[in-house]
Amino acid sequence: MSTEKGETRRMTIAEALREAIREEMRRDDRVFCLGEDIGIEGGFGGAFTVTLGLSEEFGHERILDTPISEAGIAGAAVGAALTGMRPIADVQYADFLFCMMDQLVNQAAKMTYMSGGKVKVPLVMRAPCGATTRGAQHGQSPESFFIHVPGLKVACPSTAYDAKGLLKTAIRDDAPVLFFEHKLLYGSKGMRAEKDAVSPTSEVPTEEYTLPFGKGVVRREGKDVTIVAKLLMVYKALAAATRLEDEGVSCEVIDPRTLVPFDTEMVVDSVRKTGRLIIVDECNRTGGWAGEVAAEIQEKAFGYLEAPILRITAPDTPVPFSPVMEKFYVPDEDRITDAVREVLRWR
Amino acid sequence: MIRPPRESLVRMYQRMQQIRQLEEKVYYLFLQGDMPGTLHLYIGMEACAVGVCENLRHEDYITSTHRPHGHAIAKGVSLKAVMAELFGKSVGCCGGYGGSMHVGDLAVGSVPAIAIVGGGVPVATGIGLSCKMRKTDNVVCCFFGDGAVNEGAFHEGLNMAALWDLPVVFVCENNLYAASTPIAQAVKLAHLSERAGAYGIPGVTVDGNDVLAVYEVVGQAVERARRGEGPTFVECNTYRLCGHSRSDTCGYRDREEEAEWKKRDPLLVMEENLTEAKLITPDELLGIKEAVAREIDEAVQFARAGQTPKPEDCMQHVCAEE
Ligand SMILES: Cc1ncc(C[n+]2csc(CCOP(=O)(O)OP(=O)(O)O)c2C)c(N)n1
Ligand SMILES: [Mg+2]
Repeated sequence: MSTEKGETRRMTIAEALREAIREEMRRDDRVFCLGEDIGIEGGFGGAFTVTLGLSEEFGHERILDTPISEAGIAGAAVGAALTGMRPIADVQYADFLFCMMDQLVNQAAKMTYMSGGKVKVPLVMRAPCGATTRGAQHGQSPESFFIHVPGLKVACPSTAYDAKGLLKTAIRDDAPVLFFEHKLLYGSKGMRAEKDAVSPTSEVPTEEYTLPFGKGVVRREGKDVTIVAKLLMVYKALAAATRLEDEGVSCEVIDPRTLVPFDTEMVVDSVRKTGRLIIVDECNRTGGWAGEVAAEIQEKAFGYLEAPILRITAPDTPVPFSPVMEKFYVPDEDRITDAVREVLRWR
Repeated sequence: MIRPPRESLVRMYQRMQQIRQLEEKVYYLFLQGDMPGTLHLYIGMEACAVGVCENLRHEDYITSTHRPHGHAIAKGVSLKAVMAELFGKSVGCCGGYGGSMHVGDLAVGSVPAIAIVGGGVPVATGIGLSCKMRKTDNVVCCFFGDGAVNEGAFHEGLNMAALWDLPVVFVCENNLYAASTPIAQAVKLAHLSERAGAYGIPGVTVDGNDVLAVYEVVGQAVERARRGEGPTFVECNTYRLCGHSRSDTCGYRDREEEAEWKKRDPLLVMEENLTEAKLITPDELLGIKEAVAREIDEAVQFARAGQTPKPEDCMQHVCAEE
């Protein structure tokens, strides 16, 4: 396809991420991948196929299969990053970030600060998140834990175009980046395909590009209510917005793309126009990202608000297994639609 | 070699059949789209769980992994309760909250399975500590895969259990692969039981496809633990006769290797051992097999008929209530 952006192709997020890694590894010898089951011959290419085929081009020294040793993987990434390499660690499931917490929070996030700015830790942790009927230890959305840690950056792409551009930026960034990928958005095929996946594809330029951190995108323009959502929730928000259009309600949907840094300005500008804000997030409610955005915006834009800011989040429970309960757990279009109607009652 | 009593042999064969047939059924239901979630099947590894648990009393404990169906059944969780859990029903052993990767029932000493690789090891150490502090002579058998021995939690758990002479048997099911990763790409050792020496405890390697061999070796370890002499590391050499999860086609394994292990299917091994020693007739074996098939059908019916949780049940059981 040819657009004002030049030549493009349709890609899934898994394909776009793979292309980003491939380009960065060709461009810079310091970049390498490490993780479990990422490069084994005849294997999976990581749990969600992102690294499939990369060991053929780059060899097993740069697509480095590790034992199941999360603290070791994260710590090795820190050490390599400190001394001139640019590791991309595959976390298999974001839940296992909790096995890596010491290395990420006490080491990676603090080295630059503790050294008075003398060292840098340019690593990327790629972590698949989101509930997918695997239950409490394989379906969490731990993004919010990491926005609380000074020294870490957090990215959450929801389209293939963003995934590629943001991953390239993450790899080139001198700070540690937590890069969250939603399991239902990969578009993985064959034996790694996910039931109930949204699997968006988007046009991705053939020409090289990167996307800056801290710049959100307006996914849909509107004038009555602002909805800020990330990852899978972007699609739920867009579906709710489409449904509400029939009722004559116009929603603006913002995808921040990175949580740290966060594009406060874009949200403030939108709220200035709409006077109403809803944040949709798959993280648990208490102490979560949605609450943080709400606090930030009421400080910066209180004068424009015409209704309370509402959070639509997962409840404060672990991820339940039974599909009926999981469906209740994950925020859906109905809950978003109801919330929009509720904030519109404030006139 | 010790020979267990006949009733014990029959029970072990029956248990192995229960695990095998439940999983074959579950896989079929999964492929048909009747069963939600993901699945890690235990097909080919049944002799490990059954040989271990035949040594355990009701009051003893096990901890389990992401591949827990066999462990739970061997420790005495009913087929119905396991099947219903896999269907996400309220009558499942975890009320539909846990799912395949967390089956278990503490009421029969089967701790709800821990699907974080290595995560169960220090927990087993803590259970051993509790058994000791409460002055019982109960023991805990901690199941984990070859993949778990490279987790930090594994080392910390083993060392503490060794240090305090806790009544724990660490059972490593070495099926040669951790997901797609062959064991030789994960450790430098020829036998994982060599790790035991690093903690100052005995380590043994046993044929994990021979239920009687597992029974015997673990029996000694359990007795040692009950006497308060501390933990043992038992490595059971075995093989998954199935994919790692869901529809894994095992592109990373050699077809000849698979064929060799298929010949050593633990059910075949046991059938041969029992009939050769004239301990049981082929007809009797067939009878057990058929009876188990009926039990499995009943379990499926029970699970299908069971109540599905209400969506808002999701909000319950977050914290224990008085
Ligand atoms: C801490 C952690 N890391 C990674 C995983 C993902 N994972 C699940 S099973 C598995 C392989 C486990 O291999 P092994 O311990 O040998 O057990 P097996 O599956 O062979 O029975 C992996 C990597 C996990 N569940 N937990
Ligand atoms: Mg294994």
